[in-house]
Formats: sequence, C-alpha cells, structure tokens
Amino acid sequence: MTTRKVNIVKSADWITILLYLMLIFMGWFNIYAAVYNDEYNSIFDTTQRYGAQLLWIGLAIIIAFILFIVDNKAYHFFAYIIYGIVVFILVGVLFFGKEVNGARAWFELGPIGLQPAEFGKFATSLAIARFLSSFNLKIHKLENIVIILLVILTPAFLIILQNDTGSALVYLAFVFVLFREGLTPWVLIIGVVVLLLFFASLLLEPLTVLISLYVFTIILFRLNNNKALREILIATSVIFALSGVIWLVVYFFKLPINFYFSVVIAIFLAGVYFLFYAYKKNLKVVLLLIAFFAGSLIFSFSVNYVFDHVLQDHQQKRINVLLNRDVDVKSAGYNVHQSKIAIGSGGFYGKGYLKGTQTKFNFVPEQSTDFIFCTVGEEWGFLGSVTVVLLFVFLILRIIYMAERQRSVFGRVYGYSVASILFVHFAVNIGMTIGLAPVIGIPLPFFSYGGSSLWAFTILLFIFVRLDASRMELF
Amino acid sequence: MKNKFESRQYVIGGIIIFIAIAFIIQLFLLQVVDTAYKVSADNNVFRYVTEYPGRGLIMDRNGKLLVYNEVAYDLEVVPNFMRSFDTLELCSILDISKEKLVEGVQKAKQYSAYKPSVVVKQISSKKYAILQETLYKFPGFAVRTRTLRKYPEPIAAHVLGYVGEVNDKIIKSDKYYKSGDYIGISGIERSYEKEVRGRKGVKIYLVDVHNSIKGSYKDGTFDTASIVGANITTTLDAELQSYGEKLMQNKIGSIVALEPSTGEILALITSPSYNSNLLVGQERTKNYMMLQDDKLKPLFNRALMARYPPGSTFKLVNALVGLQEGIITTNSAFSCNGGYHVGSFTVGCHHGGSIDFLHSIQGSCNSYYCNVFQRILDDKKYGKVSVAYNNWRRHLASFGIGRKLEIDLSSELSSFVPTSEYYDKIYGKDKWKSLWIISMAIGQGELGVTPIHMANLTATIANRGYYVIPHIIKSIEGKKSIDPKYLEKHYTTIDRKYFDPVVDGMELVITSGTATRARLPGVAICGKTGTAENPHGTDHSIFVAFAPKNNPKIAIAVYIENGGFGSTWAAPIASLMIEKYLNDTISRPLMEEGMVNANLINEKKQ
Ligand SMILES: [Zn+2]
Repeated sequence: MTTRKVNIVKSADWITILLYLMLIFMGWFNIYAAVYNDEYNSIFDTTQRYGAQLLWIGLAIIIAFILFIVDNKAYHFFAYIIYGIVVFILVGVLFFGKEVNGARAWFELGPIGLQPAEFGKFATSLAIARFLSSFNLKIHKLENIVIILLVILTPAFLIILQNDTGSALVYLAFVFVLFREGLTPWVLIIGVVVLLLFFASLLLEPLTVLISLYVFTIILFRLNNNKALREILIATSVIFALSGVIWLVVYFFKLPINFYFSVVIAIFLAGVYFLFYAYKKNLKVVLLLIAFFAGSLIFSFSVNYVFDHVLQDHQQKRINVLLNRDVDVKSAGYNVHQSKIAIGSGGFYGKGYLKGTQTKFNFVPEQSTDFIFCTVGEEWGFLGSVTVVLLFVFLILRIIYMAERQRSVFGRVYGYSVASILFVHFAVNIGMTIGLAPVIGIPLPFFSYGGSSLWAFTILLFIFVRLDASRMELF
Repeated sequence: MKNKFESRQYVIGGIIIFIAIAFIIQLFLLQVVDTAYKVSADNNVFRYVTEYPGRGLIMDRNGKLLVYNEVAYDLEVVPNFMRSFDTLELCSILDISKEKLVEGVQKAKQYSAYKPSVVVKQISSKKYAILQETLYKFPGFAVRTRTLRKYPEPIAAHVLGYVGEVNDKIIKSDKYYKSGDYIGISGIERSYEKEVRGRKGVKIYLVDVHNSIKGSYKDGTFDTASIVGANITTTLDAELQSYGEKLMQNKIGSIVALEPSTGEILALITSPSYNSNLLVGQERTKNYMMLQDDKLKPLFNRALMARYPPGSTFKLVNALVGLQEGIITTNSAFSCNGGYHVGSFTVGCHHGGSIDFLHSIQGSCNSYYCNVFQRILDDKKYGKVSVAYNNWRRHLASFGIGRKLEIDLSSELSSFVPTSEYYDKIYGKDKWKSLWIISMAIGQGELGVTPIHMANLTATIANRGYYVIPHIIKSIEGKKSIDPKYLEKHYTTIDRKYFDPVVDGMELVITSGTATRARLPGVAICGKTGTAENPHGTDHSIFVAFAPKNNPKIAIAVYIENGGFGSTWAAPIASLMIEKYLNDTISRPLMEEGMVNANLINEKKQ
C-alpha cells in the first residue's frame, strides 16, 4: 500500500459538517424553548441549560477541530489502546463514580459531569473496525465470533452494571455493521421475526397468531415450490379435519381442553407425518419450514409466560404503554401521553417558537434531554418534525454513502458503526416520543441537552469525517 | 476495493428509510389527522375561572331598598390538584375540626376528581383575609366568592321570592347554569332571573404542570367580563306592604292593592308569611323544612293561589252584566220579601218590599241578584241556558276572571268559573236550569276567585271599564321600558256608561250601606262587602274597594279567613290601607289598634 498527500480541508465532506452544525444549533434553539421562562432569558446564562449547552457546543467544535488535525492513521493505530482506556474508565466509574439516581454513571471533573458510557460507543467502533479490517478475516470462524462478541459486549455489560440498560441496548447497532461485513442474514431475519412474534403474541389472540404463522409458512413453502398447491390443500384439509375430530373427542369426553389446543394438537400430529414424509424424500426446505413453524409456536407460547413471570413490573409497564394496553396516564404512561399531546397539539405548522404550552409549562418531563423532540413537534409542527426526521435520515444515509466510498475496510466498518449508532439513537428516541418505541432513555444525537452525549457524538462523527477526508491517500 | 457484500448497503438503507416513513406517517396521524391532542393540550394548560357577578338590587317604587347582597366566601377543592398539606394549619385558620375537613374532602372526591366542589361554606371575611395569604400552601384549594341575598326589612317574602342552587334538570336544559350556581326559585327572583342575575364572566389562565397560575391567556383577549345583575325597581310600596303585613298579623288571608290606572301592584300580602332571611345561608334547608311543616302554610302564596268564593262582591259583576245585556236598567226594582223564593226554593235575604238598583248594591240584596242572574240565563235571545251561561262567562273573562291574567309572578293560578260543559257533565247535556246554579248570583257555589283577580276586578270598575294586567315590575336598570303587555289597556265587554251607577252604589255601601265601618272622612271610598261561605268553619270576610271615587289611586281586595262578615274585619282593614296609602297617616288609631291586635288564628283553633 502506498500513500499520497491530499488537501484534507478540500476533501473533507462539508455536507456532513453542515448537517452536523444544523442539527446542533437546531437542538440548541429547542433546548432554549424547553427551558425558557420569562425570568431568566439571557442566552449566555450558564446556570440555565441553554447557556450551558452553548458552552458545550463551543467545546464540541474545538474537539471536532482537534480531531480533524490529528493524522488519520493514528485512529487505526491507537484503536485498541483507546478502547482499552475507555473500558478501564467504565470499570473505574463503577467504583469511583458519582451516584445519581441510583446509578454510578458519572465522573465529576470540577463543574462538569462526564458520562463515560457515552464514550464507549466510538471506542468500540474503533476496536471493531480495527479487528474486522484484519487481513483476510473470516467472520464466521468461531474464534472470530467470540472476539467480536467480547469487543461489543464488554462495554455493554459494564454499562448494564451502571444500571443504564437503555444505553447498553445501543450496542445492538453493531448487528448492522456485521451484516454489512458478511454476517449471515439469518441473524437479522430471526431478529425481526422474534420482535414481530413477541409483539404479536402479546397483542393478538393465540389462535390468530397460530393461523397467521401457518399461512406465513405456507407462503414461504409456495415461494420455494411453485407446484405445491395440491400438497398445501391436502395438508390444510387434513389439519382441519383432524382438529375437528379432536374437538369432537374433547367435547364428547368433556376434557378440559379448549379449541385452540385441539388445533395445536392436530397441527402437531399432522406435523409428525409431514416430518416423516419430508425426511424420507429428503426435502430439506420442508424440514426447515417445519422447524421454523414449531420454533415460532413455542416462542409465542413462552412470550406470555416470560412477560408475566420473568419481566419486572416496570418493564411490563413500559411494554404495556408501548402496546397501548391498560395505560395509566398518571404514572407509567404519563411521559408518553404528555409527549404525544405536545407533538399532536403542534398541528401542521406548529404553535410557533417559544409558544408551546406543553413545553413552557413543563408537562413533559425530561424535555430538554430525552424528550427534546416534543418541543420540535409542538412549536414547529408537522413541517418541523418532518424536517428533523429528514435531516437525520439524510445524515445517516450520507454517512453510509461515505462509508461505501472508503478504500480501507477500517474506514468502511467505522463509517457503518457511526451510521448504525446514530440510527439506533434516532429510531429509539423519536420512536419513543411518538409512541412507536418503548420508553428507553437515550438521547437524540446532537439535539438533547448534555455535554457528554454531545461530545461523544461529535467525536464519533468527526473521526469518521477525518478518515473520509484522507480516503484518497490510499490506493 | 470491491466487496461481495456491497449490495447489502441497500438493505440497511432500506431499513432506515422504512423507519423514517413509519415516523412520518405517525407524525402525520398525530399532528394533522387527530385533533384530540390539541384539546388535551388545552385542557392541560387552560384553567377557566368563573367570576360570579352580584345579583341586581331590588327596590320599591320609591327607591327604598328591599333586597341587597352580602359577599360570602366558599372554600372549594379540586381533589386531583390536591397535594399533601398541613391539615391542622388549614383547620385552625378556618376554625373547624379536622373531621369536618376530611369529610368535606371525601365528599368532593366522590363528586368529581377534576371539578371543584365546596368544602366549607360561607367563611367570614376575617377568616378569608388570613386564608387568602396562606392559600398557596394548600394546592387544590381555592376560594369562590359568592353573593348572598340580604333583606333589610323582612317584608314581601312571597313577592321577592328566594334563590337557591340549580338542580340537575335546569343544568341539563339551560347551558348557562353549572352545578352550584344560584338561580331565582320563586317571586321576582324567578320572574326576572335573566335580568337580575347578570352574566357570569370567564377568565382564562395558563397553568403549569403543578396547576399554579402563570398568567392570563393572551393578556385576557378571550376573557369575558362578568356583568353585574340589573337593579330592579318594583311597583311595591314598601310602607304600605309593611303596614298591611302588620294589620294581617295573627290572621290568615290576603291583601292585594293595585294602582287602577296602571295595574301596578302596590302591596301583595299573604298571611302568615315568613322572614326572607330564613331562606339564605347555611340554615336554609333546615328552615325551609320547618316552614314546609308549619300547619298554617306560610310558604303558600294565598294572594295568587287561594281560590275563595267571592260572595256578595260578585253582585257587582252581575249588576254590570245585567245592565249590558239589557236585563235590567238603573230603574229596575225587584221585591225582596226576606229572600228569593221559587216554589219551595229560597235564597234568604233581610229586606222587605221593593229594592231598586242602587239599594241592591248598598244593601247587598240577594233576591235582587237572584232575579237578575236568573233572567240573564233565561234570556230568550240566547234560546238555551247553556248559550246564555257561556255569554255570561264571556263577560267575566273580559274582567280576567276564569283564566290567568298572566301577571309577572309565576305562581298565579286562574280563578275558577265552571264551563257549561261542567254542568252538562253533572246534569246531562242541556238538562240543567238557571235555578240550579242560582247561587252564583251571589258569588257562592263552585266559583273560586283569587285575591289578585278580585283586586283586578275592583280596579276595572274603578277605571270604569278597563284594566292593565297587574304587575310587579316598574323598571329595569338599563332597559327603556318594561314588557309592553304590562302597559296595554284591556277593555271589558261592558259599556263605560254602565259603570257609573255601579260605582254610585259602591259609594253608598260605605256612606250608608253594609260597610259604614270603612268610612274615611274626606275620602270618597267605593266598596263592596262579601262573605265567602266556609263549610269548614266561620265564613271568610271579604271586602273590595277603591278610592277616591273620581280618579282612583288605589283598588284593594281584602280576604280574612274565618273573619265572618265582610264588614267585620275586611272592610276596616281595607279602609286603613287606603288611608295609609292616600294620606300617609292614620286618623283612627283605635281602629288600627283593634285590627292589629285581633288574633283570628287562635279563634280558629278554639
Ligand atoms: Zn234583599
């Protein structure tokens, strides 16, 4: 590999930098609105959150500048060391951190509180990028899988110990990175199926889930084999007839079994025959489908059990709020209810800057941090909300585009890490405020109040902007 | 550096775009499609505070105050906005027991979690002053200022009426009223509720999540100011009313005095009455029950609702109808040999020989009016008795008798004059004869006339042929005129010329007839006595009169239950009332004393 010098200022991606600046300043304006009251309104008053945030923004820009003048090869070189230092700090905070709200997640540096968990994200991204860029790496080799899992899960585990499950969940973002680097798509597919089944099992009647699963399996089967219509019809009528017979027996002997279970029994009896038939004729697809069907069914059974017996009370509540099941708007559902009121009341054009009544009179808790999007929704309306959503999507897709143009695996993996982490934050945070995701307290990148998160996202993004600026040095 | 998984970037990009589209759809649903969130946001932040205006004052015709307001403070609570507070401190400010406060809050919770309800009623202004300073310590509590009616002199309770809290029926039918609001329930308070209540105002405040007020919404652009109720001047003469009530003490009955030319009610007395101050404030319900249980029925408005047979006073009407129908002339005479005799049937009287028109009124001759009434009913020009009867009834109706006058006090009942169908039902169609209903000639039988209708009849005679519907309203502040229906003259079916001889007869009643006790030197009073037969005890004493004879200023009807002959009690009382109104002094203190001190209720009991 040879290198050549390029003008990094010229080749820097100014679109990304511009999007970044737009987001942090829009964020600041909304924090001002969220905290605004008539008594304190000097924007430089650092005792107020908007004043402090202005200071954090200034520091963030200095950090961005410093990151930009550092040599691009340093990030590759120091990746593991940075990762090691951050893990060390994450361990340290468990012992020496300041306890806030029952979580040891903060270091106090004079007047500034630092949250090390925020910095775990860029460090892990660097480490993963470094590892995956190892020459001729086979991702599906067991030892590699173990190393990758260790790199990702170590910080995540330490963050869970800080009692901050929400921030730990963000590390799932690396699934997208690994998928791009060749991880089997089954991880993603199974993930989606599990998620859908989970909610379907909680929301729908068991019989509905069962029939949906059956129909879905048949469709998969038919996609694989165009001529299978006859077999499908036979199988379906056999199951129908069988469940009818079983139901009659149950009814006749007054057995304590309901209709749903007689259908399940019929399907399993039929399934045993199909399994035997498929095994004999060596039909791999059919075997796989039957395994999928049975597995899904068992999973669906267990979801309700897990929900009732394994999940803790507050976790159940969060899921209930998300699913709109017996929502108590005074307690667990309060945040989301008020958040939806704030956003919903904004209407198409919004109430106007500093005119949001939900915002001004503190009906939404955590409004300058996790629920900052409410201010956007209330004061800037549908137009403003869509603008923010589009800016984020544009930024994330831009980063993916940039990642794809990297000449090094290190650059590409790091780029995908940045995009995935931003995406998970964006999806969970906004999804939560509009009632599409459970209440998981993670900040909206660049928008939410807080120095640690702003600096951490700035570092995450600007390392990549720096790498990208030098992409032409490699060939 | 090509990579075989390059196409996977589109899968990841697709997932991102999918989520973004889901978000935009959800935002569209929340912000554009569903309007419920806007309402919820408003409910969160707006606090509507109602301002209650004072009710209008009520005055008599001379501007004397009859009803005014006193401010009272009620402590209210909205249970949902309550936070923990120092109960002992609140109790000591209000000087109530902790149990009472807890009970009040408990009741409020049962009523509604979001709506305010009264916990402690009518806090004194002194306690209120302390409470106002410390109210911030008791979130959820607020003081509601209300006005209570006060009466400087306890007169005319039935005319003024009383106010009370609206019931559910009213709340449902009239959007203006909310639970806990006051409304006029009887009397003027009810008739002129719309004028006297004023208009409630609403102030819109912005409140934060702790329900503390942050300022008024858009500088009060959308507030509506409360408008104080209009002051009302009534036609009552407070002095006359008060004097009449004094005369009527310890008597059951009624006095109605009108100004004939205008129909204005000068006095409307019903006895026994009650003190209006009893039906105000905390003891209201208790006092109301007490009044309701009273055997003498002080809540019953006799002046407007009690139907008595008019007795001999009704001869005036039959005289007028007889003249109008040409049955008699002022020269007609009938013989009275101790009564009216048809076969074995007799209506007794006390005259001998021939009685002429003037003396028939002066001496209240039963025979004379039985003859007149019989001839009215058997008049050949009508063919059948029922037709002639209905014609007679038509004349009565033109005096306002037999129907409602529609005065501006809601409890007025119509007087009762049977219809021809009524007799058809009893005796069979057209089977009844004039003789069978002859008692109506002298105002007995089924007839039932209320005091106000009798007073109106008297005013009509005083006016020589017309009346203006009696009314209590003289003027309403801010209004140019009262309802024109109380200015309109209603002419009777009797020609003006027939009134003069009747009036002459009425003058003779006082000067040398059945009511010489009512004589008042210097004033030409015209009157007529009557006695209403009372099957349950002593007859009722009735007297109607107007004065002076020319250009009359007052027409009056006096009913004294169990008072015996009209001349005994009713006539002197009417005379004193007339003197009080016209001369403002009483020249007959002995008569006054006798009337005031007479106790006819005890007599009834014995
Ligand atoms: Zn006689």
